[in-house]
Amino acid sequence: MSIELQNISKTFGKTTALDQVSLTLEPGHIYGLLGSNGAGKTTLLSILTDRQRPDQGQVLVDGMPVQNNDEALHQIFLVGEQNFFPDDMRVGRAFRTMSWFYPSFDQDYALDLARQFGLPLKKKITALSTGYSSIFRLILCLSVNTPYLIFDEPVLGLDAQHRDLFYRLLVEKFAQGDSTILLSTHLISEVENLIDHTIILREGRVLRDAPTEELMANAYTVSGPSGLVDDYAAGRQVLTAHALGGLKTVSIQGRPEGSLPVGLEQSPLRLQDYFISLQEAEDQERKEGSYGYEH
Amino acid sequence: MQFQGEKPIFLQLAEQLEAGILSGAYPEGSQVPSITEFAATYKINPATALKGINLLVNDGLLYKKRGIGMFVAEGARETLRKRRSEDFYHDYVETLVREAKNLGLTLDQLIDLIRRGFYDVH
Repeated sequence: MSIELQNISKTFGKTTALDQVSLTLEPGHIYGLLGSNGAGKTTLLSILTDRQRPDQGQVLVDGMPVQNNDEALHQIFLVGEQNFFPDDMRVGRAFRTMSWFYPSFDQDYALDLARQFGLPLKKKITALSTGYSSIFRLILCLSVNTPYLIFDEPVLGLDAQHRDLFYRLLVEKFAQGDSTILLSTHLISEVENLIDHTIILREGRVLRDAPTEELMANAYTVSGPSGLVDDYAAGRQVLTAHALGGLKTVSIQGRPEGSLPVGLEQSPLRLQDYFISLQEAEDQERKEGSYGYEH
Repeated sequence: MQFQGEKPIFLQLAEQLEAGILSGAYPEGSQVPSITEFAATYKINPATALKGINLLVNDGLLYKKRGIGMFVAEGARETLRKRRSEDFYHDYVETLVREAKNLGLTLDQLIDLIRRGFYDVH
């Protein structure tokens, strides 16, 4: 039981959207798929669900190649921006239609969620506001009960209260233990405590693919007077360095070891800051042709 | 509700539970919320919630009843109270003295400040 992406490559004209991407999604995890705009997240999700074909490589769902394979595709539900219902269909009717396509779809639960979110059942799907349009699709995904649930920017257009409700429902769904969840999002700080496995894409390649806890244990920041910080940073893998007057802060890739020299302060990085540091380090590498800064 | 700050989330959850036991919000012998309830409330991964709760199970503050849930152990409150008094030295006294030394205060000056605080704070 798993989704395996094997060596997936995809180009659009001269642009390489995905470059030999290999990943495995296993049950019992909430995966976070993180990347800047254009990193290849959406292409990856389209290929995962056979909406696009890779130039190379293949996707296996529970061992079955996903291409033209209804059985394999029925294991996955992807909620993104697309609407696959007829334009004039109303919300309540769409719920009933879902049950035909997905026998595991729990209509009662969907109706209950619609009540909780305040989603009007009689409205036409296309007449819903941006926020409610997202909510409608989230409800489909939370009620469909396929083994793999994939959310592409799930909370786009949702207000704070609805976002909060969604995350709570997502945890409850996951805690039932039957689903593997993948969240693709820019809102890293909102999901950093939820995702136990982090995948970072950059320019079509997998930059990191590791348990979130492991990733975070392997990075930290040190700050203090510039001179002291520079001494400390020498010989360590510095991702980024920022100075504010005489105060310097560096983020370091690696495990903190031993005690810090007096005058320096160490703190853990949050996932969002780590993500930004990584991007900056990669930008810098491209400029300099070497990793990170030289000290 | 959301956890903040630099401490690992599972530790924050464990501390919150301990505080709940100390304050009597979770009385001895009573059932505490499930892993799912904690995870959903704080919007954290259930594995993280389990890790936090297991800290209290390992310390004998909570115990599991198979198929029912988790309960506060008898004597948990007293255990926590004792532990907190021991922690008081490490968490507060040591920090206080270190900061006083950084500021160049003498022992007498520090004692004067503590005396002042003792009478000022109600």
